[in-house]
Amino acid sequence: MAEDKKSAISHGKLVGKLTVVVFAMFGFGFALVPMYDMICDAFGLNGRFVEIEQGTFGAEQGQIKGQQLATRRDINRTITVQFTATLNQSMAWEFEPLTRSMELHPGEIKQVKYLAHNKTGKKVVAQAVPSVAPGQATKYFTKMECFCFDQQTFEPGETKEMQLVFVVDPDLPRNVNTITLGYTFFDTDRKAGLESDEKIIMAAAESSKAYLN
Amino acid sequence: MSTVAATHEHHHPTGITRWLFTTNHKDIGTLYLWFAFIMFLLGGAMAMVIRAELFQPGMQIVDPHFFNQMTTMHGLIMVFGAVMPAFVGLANWQIPLMIGAPDMALPRMNNWSFWILPFAGTMLVSTLFMEGGGPAFGWTFYAPLSTTFAPASTDFFIFAVHLLGFSSIMGAINIIATILNMRAPGMTLMKMPLFVWTWLITAFLLIAVMPVLAGAVTMMLTDRNFGTSFFDAAGGGDPVLFQHVFWFFGHPEVYIMILPAFGVVSQIIPTFARKPLFGYASMVYATAAIAFLSFIVWAHHMFTVGMPVAGELYFMYATVMIAVPTAVKVFNWTATMWKGSMTFEAPMLWAIAFVFLFTIGGFTGLMLGVAPADFQYHDTYFVVAHFHYVLVTGAVFAIIAGVYYWLPKWTGNMYHEGLAKWHFWLSAISVNVLFFPMHFVGLAGMPRRIPDYSPMFAEFNMMASLGGFVFGASQLLFLYIIIKTIRGGEKATDEVWEGAEGLEWTVASPAPYHTFETPPQVK
Ligand SMILES: [Cu+2]
Repeated sequence: MAEDKKSAISHGKLVGKLTVVVFAMFGFGFALVPMYDMICDAFGLNGRFVEIEQGTFGAEQGQIKGQQLATRRDINRTITVQFTATLNQSMAWEFEPLTRSMELHPGEIKQVKYLAHNKTGKKVVAQAVPSVAPGQATKYFTKMECFCFDQQTFEPGETKEMQLVFVVDPDLPRNVNTITLGYTFFDTDRKAGLESDEKIIMAAAESSKAYLN
Repeated sequence: MSTVAATHEHHHPTGITRWLFTTNHKDIGTLYLWFAFIMFLLGGAMAMVIRAELFQPGMQIVDPHFFNQMTTMHGLIMVFGAVMPAFVGLANWQIPLMIGAPDMALPRMNNWSFWILPFAGTMLVSTLFMEGGGPAFGWTFYAPLSTTFAPASTDFFIFAVHLLGFSSIMGAINIIATILNMRAPGMTLMKMPLFVWTWLITAFLLIAVMPVLAGAVTMMLTDRNFGTSFFDAAGGGDPVLFQHVFWFFGHPEVYIMILPAFGVVSQIIPTFARKPLFGYASMVYATAAIAFLSFIVWAHHMFTVGMPVAGELYFMYATVMIAVPTAVKVFNWTATMWKGSMTFEAPMLWAIAFVFLFTIGGFTGLMLGVAPADFQYHDTYFVVAHFHYVLVTGAVFAIIAGVYYWLPKWTGNMYHEGLAKWHFWLSAISVNVLFFPMHFVGLAGMPRRIPDYSPMFAEFNMMASLGGFVFGASQLLFLYIIIKTIRGGEKATDEVWEGAEGLEWTVASPAPYHTFETPPQVK
């Protein structure tokens, strides 16, 4: 009898400890969320918001950085840049790059055009969100002029050619020979909860990553 | 002592209430095993639908959406409904018998852990009949496919996973408490049978990662219904995060399904080789090493998400390192058989097949662990071949081996050896006809989880399907053999097997309802 009681108590202690472990691990699952963000930011992984953080996102900053890079043109190296376009979810649109792929030297200023056609009968304000693959190339891809810097307004049925001017940093790591630039077009009305443009861009950059990967 | 005994130990309810209210580890073990078998047949039936559709290229039998539901549910049911509960069933039956304990440490909780399962299983299967169908996003339920684009029934799937997690966690706590607190005098940790050791470590894995899975599905639930954006990019989340959380659970999960299998095989091989297990201590340390490594390799499932090279290298080296303790195990099993006086009764046949075929699965695992090579294999049938060698000819073969090994102790009757050999040879041959060709079509580029494929893969797929039908049918023979053994047969001795060692063989056959009420003395 005495022994029975003793064993019941020691079960209680052990079970208590194990239960603490269970709850701690449940918490750990959620702790992975901020940890993931921190690691990505700290190491610049996954191309998270790199340009916004570097302060090179926008026409003025892009021009300054691009002109600097252009002074260091590296004609001994050739890189392939591919262009893709994705529509977010259910937008009734046509959206495509007019150039699919090009070869260039790092430090060379190049331009390409994207075509967008609003097939809806409504006026739409859209935001294009860029994404670069592989992720490590993101900070070496500088946009000097981009339709993604601003929201684009489309009248019902309107078609637009939109320009992108860019330059690839000569410091691009040696193991990267092909860069893919993808744009995802978002209808800005969809997430009315998001106030600032920057937030939309940051959010959408993530999603276009997911499409590319 | 006498009052305790009078109140709950000599009271035997009969009929359905016996099973509903039972706290007896043997009853609960039996319930787990039957539940697992039913789920195995159900998940197997879904595999038959898959193989029937893939018998020829083109769409013939089911529509693609239903096909996707079949691949998803097949995986979920086999993992959470069949393999895991089967091992918990074996643990319930055997651990108290092997360590000389009268029952599990927490018998009432044990009852709960089991009876949650039928509800969870029913809920999971019922999603197939809901509007929009059941889960169709693969058993790994990656976001955003399982959040933004999933059918409404996904919320029931999430709840079912929560329940299954509860059940496993309670079962694991019970097993740890039993092993740490209830061993007979003299049964030191390093004298415990290997099945007990592997389960102790598995139970720790379970309480470490099942809560993380619960966290992952909870995040899915709030993303779907409460406006959070853990995995929704449009709200600042990241779908790739889902994969990290999932595989933080998922990789240890594969060891949850294989470590107890190592334990079963480590019991069987010494018995039929009539030699003690070679390298007992190294087996224990190897198991612990595998369990530890399983926590730090998860991203080898995600080499293609665009990780930096340093990450790929790290996860590659860490993954390949698991081959070392695993090789120690395979070496020890082989060394145990070396110069043994071996006989080849059914449990031994299954165990030897396990060693051979699991090792094949281990080798393909190494290939997949090599990051640059993985880019070719990723999401192809090569992966399907790999994990079926590990889980079918690994985990499932070990469960079947264990059932044949202990069935005489459970029922008091010997199974029919001739039929069991038929079952073995049919299964062992057909399983290779089923899964081996998948390596080839996978290397040639056939993607997994598709209802249709290029005609160039036709021959190997037809072969795989034929193997699948035979393998499926031969499990019905297994069911027949079990029922026949329960009904009668040659009486088993207490020792059952000539070379068997361990406390479980000192009790009568069939094992009485209560055993080791006075603890045995272990020398
Ligand atoms: Cu893994």
